[in-house]
Amino acid sequence: MAEFSLPANSIVNTKGQHFPAPEGATNTKRFKIYRFDPDSGENPRVDTFDVDVENCGPMILDAIIKIKSDIDSTLTFRRSCREGICGSCAMNIDGANGLACTTSIADIEGDITIYPLPHQPIIKDLVSDLTNFYAQYASIEPWLKSDTPTPAGKERLQSPEDREKLDGAYECILCACCSTSCPSYWWNPDRYLGPAALLASYRWLVDSRDDATGERLDELEDPFKLYRCHTIMNCAQVCPKGLNPAKAIAETKKMLVKRRL
Amino acid sequence: MSINFRTPLSRVKGLGSAKEGTEHFWLQRLTAIALIPLVLWLAFSVASLPSMDYLAIREWLSQPFSAIVMILFMTAGFYHSRLGLQVVIEDYIGSHGPRTAAIIAVNFIAVAMGVTGVFSVLRIALAA
Repeated sequence: MAEFSLPANSIVNTKGQHFPAPEGATNTKRFKIYRFDPDSGENPRVDTFDVDVENCGPMILDAIIKIKSDIDSTLTFRRSCREGICGSCAMNIDGANGLACTTSIADIEGDITIYPLPHQPIIKDLVSDLTNFYAQYASIEPWLKSDTPTPAGKERLQSPEDREKLDGAYECILCACCSTSCPSYWWNPDRYLGPAALLASYRWLVDSRDDATGERLDELEDPFKLYRCHTIMNCAQVCPKGLNPAKAIAETKKMLVKRRL
Repeated sequence: MSINFRTPLSRVKGLGSAKEGTEHFWLQRLTAIALIPLVLWLAFSVASLPSMDYLAIREWLSQPFSAIVMILFMTAGFYHSRLGLQVVIEDYIGSHGPRTAAIIAVNFIAVAMGVTGVFSVLRIALAA
């Protein structure tokens, strides 16, 4: 059955440590951050950090880095490019998935709660285990497949119109914001491919240079791999790149209907 | 618990694609389209009945057109709900045993209710 109660060791202790702002701070923002250390044997907790935002960069990531540098160096998170292209700092900010580096502190009213991406195993603090997510991406075989030999000394040509079909599908940075915000993905993460992998799959389905469209559709035609999408649209809502995986999934379903009518 | 040495990719690929689901998707939309006029017909017909007592409804359902459209409504409706409930079960029931049992139950109940409904209409329509 669906799990309606959480295992005892997953219940979050909301009264963790509190780190007050330094004396003389005039403009502070309160960050409530999920902490979990699997080695401690303790339940997760929420620590409260009062950050002096006058002496901090404008983005959530700046604040988290400041906390790690100045307040608690054990805070663990992923980050790399700090400009929304690597997808490493995806986390649940103020109740919605997003990239810490492109979310502004000033845009959030009141206390800022920061949790890891929902419904994934946690490695430590804000670092979730995305092994399953990456394996799902690999399973859709995200590379050009063609039985036509590569033209000698030339690239495979594509018209500007056909190239345009890839717009909105190729820009995905695999941050996992969409898949981990999807209730269907929460209920069937082992069998539903999720919006990110299905958007990536669609990127190859509409590529005019790829001639494995039929085989790709064969692999997707499954009640769980594809048809768990009920156009809940959380994916499009949270995508930090402004993409619409739900539309790509709907287009994929239309292709599957089209080939049998 | 023993360690699972299957690779993540092997676990994700699982038993492979069932190569179905489009039929289910298509029929759910098809019955949905059919139900738009059928539900409107039912609503207008019931609203325009002179009274809601047994004799009035019996009189209404004994007309061939009413009986035929009522049977169409019940067939499409129970089929549509059978398809929809299967989706709900697949979403919310995680383990195979209870999931399969629930799908079997939904199929049996939908067919039983559909046959009961159709038989009832036929009995009224053909009794005259």
